[in-house]
Amino acid sequence: MTQINVRVDGVTYSDDVEPRTLLVHYLREQLGKVGTVIGCDTSNCGACTVHLDGAAVKSCTVLAVQADGVEVTTIEGLAPQGSLHPVQKAFHEMHGLQCGYCTPGMIMASVDLLKENPDPSETEVREGIEGNLCRCTGYQNIVRAVQQAAGEMRGSGNGHVSPAEVDTAAAPHVAAQQ
Amino acid sequence: MIPAAFEYARPTTVDEALQAIADGGDDVKVLAGGQSLIPVMRLRLAAPETVVDLARVAELRGVRDDGDAIVIGAMTTHHDVMIDPLVQQYAPLIAEATETVADRQVRARGTFGGALVHADPAGDLPAVALALDAEFVIAGLQGRRTVPAAEFFVDYLTTAVEEGELLVEIRIPKLAGEWGMRYEKFNRVAQAWSIVAVAAVVRRENGRIAEARIGLTNMGSTPLRATAVEAALAGAPASPETIAAAARSAAEGTSPSSDLNAQADYREHLAQVLTRRAVTAAAGL
Repeated sequence: MTQINVRVDGVTYSDDVEPRTLLVHYLREQLGKVGTVIGCDTSNCGACTVHLDGAAVKSCTVLAVQADGVEVTTIEGLAPQGSLHPVQKAFHEMHGLQCGYCTPGMIMASVDLLKENPDPSETEVREGIEGNLCRCTGYQNIVRAVQQAAGEMRGSGNGHVSPAEVDTAAAPHVAAQQ
Repeated sequence: MIPAAFEYARPTTVDEALQAIADGGDDVKVLAGGQSLIPVMRLRLAAPETVVDLARVAELRGVRDDGDAIVIGAMTTHHDVMIDPLVQQYAPLIAEATETVADRQVRARGTFGGALVHADPAGDLPAVALALDAEFVIAGLQGRRTVPAAEFFVDYLTTAVEEGELLVEIRIPKLAGEWGMRYEKFNRVAQAWSIVAVAAVVRRENGRIAEARIGLTNMGSTPLRATAVEAALAGAPASPETIAAAARSAAEGTSPSSDLNAQADYREHLAQVLTRRAVTAAAGL
């Protein structure tokens, strides 16, 4: 066992961990931070993204011992209890999720992106969150949510974009058969 | 999956790290950013007896100016390499290629030296190091030695770093004259490895290509130089036609694999197309 001292969402912990313990398992199983989820187990999907000293990383590909002396922020520590970070709020408002499984990682990656690039174009958002996979939404509203949040965080108020138009009518080839 | 149990060492200097490697038993792995090693350990494709974590070896991080070369510490993260002013000034090809590596989370942890010493033929940085004639400084308990890029990549996932040794820094010679650079990468989806990629470094002089150096990614078990193209371009007029003709030799002397992403002959085709594009851009056309 190796002792680690780590600050997670503003609370300092001193714990003994096996060196092979992955950070995501330490966060979920030892600290109960189950807001950070495990998606793919192959370092691809980004669902487990957290911040280490402010930089987004995949916590399934970091050992808990590597977080010794580091400040960790999870989705649970992004905003004070009972409030939402502007990116969380924008994902809610723009309907940037369906099943919600990728959402914590999407939000953590987006916060990191916006810190570096406060006014990203659509392409820059897509490239900036390429490390996060969503298998429901097709990304349209996720990208809109990030741009909406960017506008709000810049305080300009001109970042507003509308959610995707949802066409509930039957597809043309179905209509044609009627 | 969770890695198999291992002994863990966390040295703070290169000397301590070399001692930890020497003391670590038969199967020692060096942990840099962990973005290749940890996945491999989770799949139990590697189950080392000892892991030596370099995270606290401060002397291995950062980029410095050393007169005729810039020197990149092996533990400098991809993110820090990309934004480094010396890299951007003297070796923008490295920044350009690094931007295409994996995704931002991986680039925050993964390191320049780690990617090179891992020596995955589909990795982007080995071919770039080869095209820039980089030099690799390797430390051992007996001292340090410097290996040119042409001798560093020995085989699939195998470099000139011997057991008990450590890659400590990479020297990138500063280029004199008017040079252009371009990395052209072909892959299909986000965060995917290169199916094929080409790193081109070109010096122009009086409307001619005085010298071209071309590194190929994923065209064999190691990164390769497209020597036939380089020979055809040396002293040739810098015109689209000349470059297109020379680029047809890009697959000469290569031995690309066939896998789920591409057949070997398709990779040969890609090497020609990407070489033409990379050299054309690097020549400023």
